[in-house]
Amino acid sequence: MWREVWLVCRKDLIIERRARVTLVQIVPTVLLVLVVFAFALDANPSLLGAGAGGLFWVAVLFGAVLGAKRSFDIEAEGGNLDALRLGGLMPAAILWGKAAALALQLVLVGVFAAAGLLVLYSVTVHDWLLIVVAGLCGMAAFAICGTLYGAMTVGLRSADTLLPLLLIPVAAPVLLAGTRAFDVALGTSADQGWSWTALLAVVLVTYIAVGWAAAGPLLEDA
Amino acid sequence: MIETPEPDLRKQAQRAGSLTMTGSVATRVLGVVALAAVGVMALLALWISPADAVQGDAVRLMYVHVPSIWVAYGGFVLTAFASARVLWRTRSGAGGTYGVIADRQARRWDRVAGAAAELGVLFTALTLVTGSLWGKVTWGTYWQWDARLTTTVLLFVTYLGYLALRRLPAESRARARRSAVMALIAVVNLPIVHYSVDWWRTLHQEASLNLEPGGDRNITGEMYWTLLYSWATFTVVALWIGIHRYRVLRLEELAEEASLEELLAQRRDEQTAGR
Repeated sequence: MWREVWLVCRKDLIIERRARVTLVQIVPTVLLVLVVFAFALDANPSLLGAGAGGLFWVAVLFGAVLGAKRSFDIEAEGGNLDALRLGGLMPAAILWGKAAALALQLVLVGVFAAAGLLVLYSVTVHDWLLIVVAGLCGMAAFAICGTLYGAMTVGLRSADTLLPLLLIPVAAPVLLAGTRAFDVALGTSADQGWSWTALLAVVLVTYIAVGWAAAGPLLEDA
Repeated sequence: MIETPEPDLRKQAQRAGSLTMTGSVATRVLGVVALAAVGVMALLALWISPADAVQGDAVRLMYVHVPSIWVAYGGFVLTAFASARVLWRTRSGAGGTYGVIADRQARRWDRVAGAAAELGVLFTALTLVTGSLWGKVTWGTYWQWDARLTTTVLLFVTYLGYLALRRLPAESRARARRSAVMALIAVVNLPIVHYSVDWWRTLHQEASLNLEPGGDRNITGEMYWTLLYSWATFTVVALWIGIHRYRVLRLEELAEEASLEELLAQRRDEQTAGR
């Protein structure tokens, strides 16, 4: 099972290395979102600093929507998903492999977005460990949720418009908890940062459980 | 050789064509009970229950606002439960066939999930509208970027997406299982909406009724009993609407299958006539 997960993950990462969609298209889009937010907030440094945590997660969520769409676009073309299944791969292995690849790509997006915050919004990090742990939990949760919804909408004619409508509201718990944890780590809130990270972990575990239950039904019918 | 359509399929097509009502004796009785209960609720909420010392008459909106969200929560939980049943009944090795749901129980649970989600969306919309009106009177604005309000809107949009997914043309089995997965993910938002008033500093007041053992009641007397009665009334009304929606979904399925069979029969007749 885990070998199959690795094979699918590796396949997606090799495709990404060749096509460079994350690096050339998604990362610049995420950075552009951070810049556009600065325009929207009148480039007010104190306002941008106060909202930096939330803006980071919103930008990464947009990146996750694009990444999830891309992850299943490459399978929809030419019936690759059917080929993977005919090749004997378990539906769960396909789903987790794709989720792992998307999570790694989102970590890359997150690193660039965090650098964007430091440079563009002039924020100061007070707790790096909290940033890293909350960030990894949030990216993994976005990746699993995005993969599930990507599998749900693959092959549908309205997938382009439907995926953001489905994914953005349902990812709200991650957005809310991630924002709170980052606010504490960036020193803009005196809340319980680790409690919010614990909530992120609970949401992540819930998505993992749903993913285990849903892999078969989603990929058998895709 | 051209086969003639199966007689039971013909019968099913005629049955679907002739069925235009979703009512039965039981639902008519339930409808009358619901109507009477709404009348008594209006009496209690508008005349017998006193005005609030701080909020004045605006407090009367609570008798619609609070039961609406309770019923909506119930609808969403039922959607998740029914969806779990759909996934269980259509799992690999459970006798399901590719393309259509063969299992009658799975079909029923799928309809329950759809009808309950529609109820949840309807009552969440009612909650948002009444909350907005209450906000205008009490806070002086229809909308505040408050945690409870924002998470409720997200819940509403999540289930609108769920209903959109259900409406997409697909084979019944694929559609049911895809929707079931989404319902199980979407229900995660429910505790976040409910506990948002405890987790964040919000303008929205805390829960009106604390159902935990030894929990404080924020309201007492006639207000308390009117609120409980309103909740029971809304539950009956929701049950009545839900049964009708369930039957509408069943009729839609029958009509869809019957029209397909009609088309096939028509095509066969054309081919026979052409020979």
